[in-house]
Amino acid sequence: MQLTTEVGMNHSGMLAAEDGGEKMLENIELTRPPRGDERDLAKLRLDHAKDADPVGTLPEPQPEGIARVLMDKLGERLAFERSGARLYDALMVKCAADKSSGVPAKELRQIRDEEITHFALIGAAIEALGGDPTAQTPSADVAGVEGMGLMQVLNDPKTTVAQGLHAILVAEMVDNAAWDELIELTSQAGNEDLVARFTKARDEEQEHLEKVQAWYKAATMAAAE
Amino acid sequence: MKPTLLDNKGVPLERQKFTWRDLVQKPISKLDDDAYTRVRIILMNGIELEAHRFSHSAARMNKALQLPLAQIRRVEQHQATLINWLIGADHSPLETTIGYEQVAIDITAAVAMNEPDKYLAQVYRFGLLEDFDHMYRYSALLDRLEGKDANNILQSYTDILPGRPTIEEHRAPQDDLRRPYDRTKAAPLTKLHALTIMAAEQQTHNFYMNIGPMYSDPVARQLYAEIASIEEQHVTQYESIIDPEESWLEKWVMHELAEVYNYHGCMQQEVNPRIKAIWERFLDYELGHLHAALELFKEHERRDPAEILPETLPDPIPIASQREFVRETLAAEVDLCANGTEIVPKAQEGKASLAYRKEMNADGSPSETISAGYKWAPGSELKLKVA
Repeated sequence: MQLTTEVGMNHSGMLAAEDGGEKMLENIELTRPPRGDERDLAKLRLDHAKDADPVGTLPEPQPEGIARVLMDKLGERLAFERSGARLYDALMVKCAADKSSGVPAKELRQIRDEEITHFALIGAAIEALGGDPTAQTPSADVAGVEGMGLMQVLNDPKTTVAQGLHAILVAEMVDNAAWDELIELTSQAGNEDLVARFTKARDEEQEHLEKVQAWYKAATMAAAE
Repeated sequence: MKPTLLDNKGVPLERQKFTWRDLVQKPISKLDDDAYTRVRIILMNGIELEAHRFSHSAARMNKALQLPLAQIRRVEQHQATLINWLIGADHSPLETTIGYEQVAIDITAAVAMNEPDKYLAQVYRFGLLEDFDHMYRYSALLDRLEGKDANNILQSYTDILPGRPTIEEHRAPQDDLRRPYDRTKAAPLTKLHALTIMAAEQQTHNFYMNIGPMYSDPVARQLYAEIASIEEQHVTQYESIIDPEESWLEKWVMHELAEVYNYHGCMQQEVNPRIKAIWERFLDYELGHLHAALELFKEHERRDPAEILPETLPDPIPIASQREFVRETLAAEVDLCANGTEIVPKAQEGKASLAYRKEMNADGSPSETISAGYKWAPGSELKLKVA
C-alpha cells in the first residue's frame, strides 16, 4: 500500500495494481455465470417498453397533426435554449478561472444573450400559436434529461475549459440540428413568418457552433504544448 | 500511540465548529485516489448516519436526554455531510454503488477474520458472501447499462465473482434474526464490530432505496429493488446481534466509542494527507462526544464507565484487500443457509424461507437476468466476445 496519493497517479487501470491485475484475470476462469445471455435483459426491457406509459402529454388545447408535433418541439427548443443560457453561465465561470484559455469573455456573453433571445422568441411563438410557454412538453422533459450530463460537466470545478467546451460542443451540435428540424416543421405548418425568424436564430446558432469548435480545438491543442 | 479513552477528552463540543464552505470540501479524485480512501469515506458516512439514526430514536424515548442528543447530533449531521460530500460528482450512482459493495466485502471480511466470537464470525462470513454476490450483479449492470468497468472503481483489490446467488438470499424474517452477544461478557471488539457492520449496512440500504428510482432502465430499477430488500435483511441480521439489554445510555456510549474507534482506524491507514487530516479532526470531535455521553452515563445510571469501556482501543479494522479470505470462504460456505438464528447446510433451510423465496421470485429474478451469461473481463465483457 502506498503512503501518499501522488498527483497524476491514475489508479483505475489494472496495470496500476501491484500484481498488474493478474488476480483479477483469474475471475474470468472462476466465474460460473447464470444461464442465458444479454438477450434475457432485452426481453425484460421489451416487456416494460410494451407496457410503458408515455412521458406525458401536451397541455390543452391539444393541436392536431403537424401542429401537434410542432408544439412539442417548440417546447423542447424553449427548454433547450433556456438551459443553454445556463450552460454558458457555467462556461463563463470556468473561463474566468483559467485566464489562459483564450476564450473571449465578451463573445461568450454575446452567445449567452442570444440563447436568451432565442428562448424568448420560442416563448412568443408558442403563445402566438395558442400554447402555454410555461408548460413542459414531453420532448422538453426528455431534452432536460439529455442535458443533465452536460450541466454536471460544466458546473464541476474540476473540469477544464477544454472539457467544458466539449460539453458545449455537444449542446451546440444538437441545437443546430434541432433548429433545422424546427424550421422544416414550421414550413410544413405553413407559418412563413416564423420560418424567417427561426432561420435568423439558426444562423446565429451556426455561428455559435463554429466559434465553439474553434475554441475547443485551440484549448485541446494547448494541452499538448 | 493508542488513545487512552478516559484521559484524552478530545475537542469540547462548544469548539466543534463548521461553516457551509467547510462542509463542502474538494472531493476525492475517482481516478487518482486509492480505492480504500473512497471505502473509508463511505464507511465513515455510514458510521455517522447510524449515530444520527440512533440519536433520533433515543431522543424519542428519553426526554431527559433530548437536549444533549440534539447538540451532539447537530455536529454529527455536519460531520456526515462533510464526509459524504467528498465523493466526486463524476461517480455515477452505480459507480458509487460499486464502492458501497467494496465496503461491504472488504470491511466485513476483515471483521470476520478478527472477530473473537466464533458464532458472530460465522454470521459475518454468511453476510459477506451475499454482499459479494451483489458486487457481481452490480458489475454486470454497470457493464451492460453504462458500458463501464467496475474494476476502475475497485482498482483490482476486490474480485468480481458470483457469491451466494442473490436469488437465494431472500428469506423469511424469522430466518434473519441471530443470537445477540452478551453485553456483560462480550469483548469490546465484538461490540465495535457489530456496530460498525450494522452502520455500513443501514446506510447501504438507505442509499439503494434513494437511488433505485433514479434509473430509467427497468432492469436497474428491479435490481436495486431486489438488492435493497436483501440489505434490509442484513440490517435486521446485524442489529439482532447487538444485545437488546443494553440501556439507551449504554448504547449511546457504544455508538460514540464506535465512531472514535473507526476514525482512529481511518486516520492510521489513510494515504491521502488531506483526508487523513479530516479523520484526525473528527477523531478529536468524537472523543469530545464520547466524554459528553460518559458524563450523562455516570449522572443518569450511576455506573462506572470502566464497566463498558476498554482501557484502550482495540487494533483497527484493517482496510485492505481480503481476496484470499473471501475466496476461501466462498469455496467453503457458499451453500450455507439460515434456519432461525443458526447458519445451516442448505438441506436444513426452513420452509418459511423457501416459501417466501418462491413467492418473491415468481415473476423472475432481476439479479439473474442482469447477469445472464455474464463474466467480468477487463474493460468490458464485450472484450471476451470480440476475442
